[in-house]
Amino acid sequence: MSNAQTIVSRLVDSFQLNVQLFFLTLLFSLPLGLVIALCAMSRFKPLAIVTKTFVWMIRGTPLMLQVIIIFFAPGLLNFGAPWGSGASARFTAATIAFIINYACYFSEIFRGGIQGVPIGQTEAGQVLGMTRAQIFFKVTLLQVIKRILPAMSNEVITLIKDTSLARIISIKEIIMMAQEYTAQGLIWPLFSTGLFFLVFVGLLTIIFARLEKRLDYFRV
Amino acid sequence: MAILEVNDIHKRFGAAEVLKGISFSLEKGSSLAIIGSSGSGKTTLLRCLNFLEKPDRGRITVQDEVLFDAGDPGTQAEPEIRKKRLNFGLVFQAFHLFPQYTVLKNITLARELLEKERQKTQGTSAPQKEIDADAAALLAQMGLVGKEKAYPHQLSGGQQQRVAIARALALKPKILCFDEPTSALDPELTGEVLQVVRSLANKKTTMVIVTHEMAFARDVADHILFMDEGLIVEEGPPEQVFGNPREERTRQFLARYSSEP
Ligand SMILES: Nc1ncnc2c1ncn2[C@@H]1O[C@H](COP(=O)(O)OP(=O)(O)O)[C@@H](O)[C@H]1O
Ligand SMILES: [Mg+2]
Repeated sequence: MSNAQTIVSRLVDSFQLNVQLFFLTLLFSLPLGLVIALCAMSRFKPLAIVTKTFVWMIRGTPLMLQVIIIFFAPGLLNFGAPWGSGASARFTAATIAFIINYACYFSEIFRGGIQGVPIGQTEAGQVLGMTRAQIFFKVTLLQVIKRILPAMSNEVITLIKDTSLARIISIKEIIMMAQEYTAQGLIWPLFSTGLFFLVFVGLLTIIFARLEKRLDYFRV
Repeated sequence: MAILEVNDIHKRFGAAEVLKGISFSLEKGSSLAIIGSSGSGKTTLLRCLNFLEKPDRGRITVQDEVLFDAGDPGTQAEPEIRKKRLNFGLVFQAFHLFPQYTVLKNITLARELLEKERQKTQGTSAPQKEIDADAAALLAQMGLVGKEKAYPHQLSGGQQQRVAIARALALKPKILCFDEPTSALDPELTGEVLQVVRSLANKKTTMVIVTHEMAFARDVADHILFMDEGLIVEEGPPEQVFGNPREERTRQFLARYSSEP
């Protein structure tokens, strides 16, 4: 195998870490974000206040800092090694930090989306004898999804690019990998990482455009 | 024999007492029009009847069943309230159709959910065919044949409101309430909605109609209630309330409404 081929295949391998982090974060932060949104909207004030404060702290500090803290804090505070050891520990810590961070961002989008649906929709469901769950799933949810798709699209595109931050705890994601070659005097691997992101973001853009088109048949 | 009895309903929002003791009753098959200036508490009263607001005091009775009694927490349990709501239908000023569903589905959705529940709890339910046929009949009654597959945003305001009326009727409420059903409509569209309400009155649908259409109220309602500042100031048959009001406040209100079209 030529040198260039080796480099490309190592870049592809390392990009898999970015992609894995991306999907794991989405998988867990979407439902967690919904839970956080519901807590923030709770009629039980203490819960709403605690949740909103937490969201404010997470959104108000750099994700990079959160990754570092989640990775190092347990050891430094003598909590042992909850993330295990080695590369997998670093990946677990990064994933957890990403999930918490993105759940908070998603929760704000969900909250805006849910509160944006006119109260009349809920009341129309209520006077028709629907349960709270029926109103949420049969009436409100699709309207919320339609409302939040543009904001979600932005956030998800940011997520794939943010995955590079994992390098701060020595996770060999694609940019960190490419930089090894920069040290050896090769610049093209670093440039080519941009292509990986461009293609991935392109796919995401197409997917979101399709979803938006799917929901184009009604107006909110 | 009254189908609906409302006794001494009080409702306050914070410091403001919006309903200060409302009592009236309604005969089966008759229609009641509620008139009054904006802010007099008409919407709040309808919302209390439909359990969207909880009165601070008072009692609501339908066919001798006490649906709500502020002094009896036993009448206020959540799951039962949902069932009790089905005694009433409510047509909102701003329609509130479900935008993601077709006209037909807007009308059938709640019924389908209720039938599913009935199948689970009682082992019997109306087949989908019957639900759809009933909805089709309602659409015909509302003059909306051919609009089954349309989405709400494709309809005019008058058509949307007629769908909303069909949606409320689909659950066969004992008492149908209207909250200014034509106030959100362009003037040229109010006629078609009023026509539908009139035809319901002719069929002896029991109705409570909050409206600013005085000529319509006079023409269609069997009984008029004039509200002001949370109280019923005057009530009686249309000829009396419109033709020969007893109270000065009623006279002033009617004068204002006949001077501004
Ligand atoms: N949820 C609410 N919170 C506080 N005030 C309210 C609320 N709903 C209605 N009100 C007040 O109650 C009064 C009566 O309102 P409403 O019942 O809508 O009158 P109407 O339908 O006769 O115009 C108004 O002054 C209104 O501002
Ligand atoms: Mg009103």
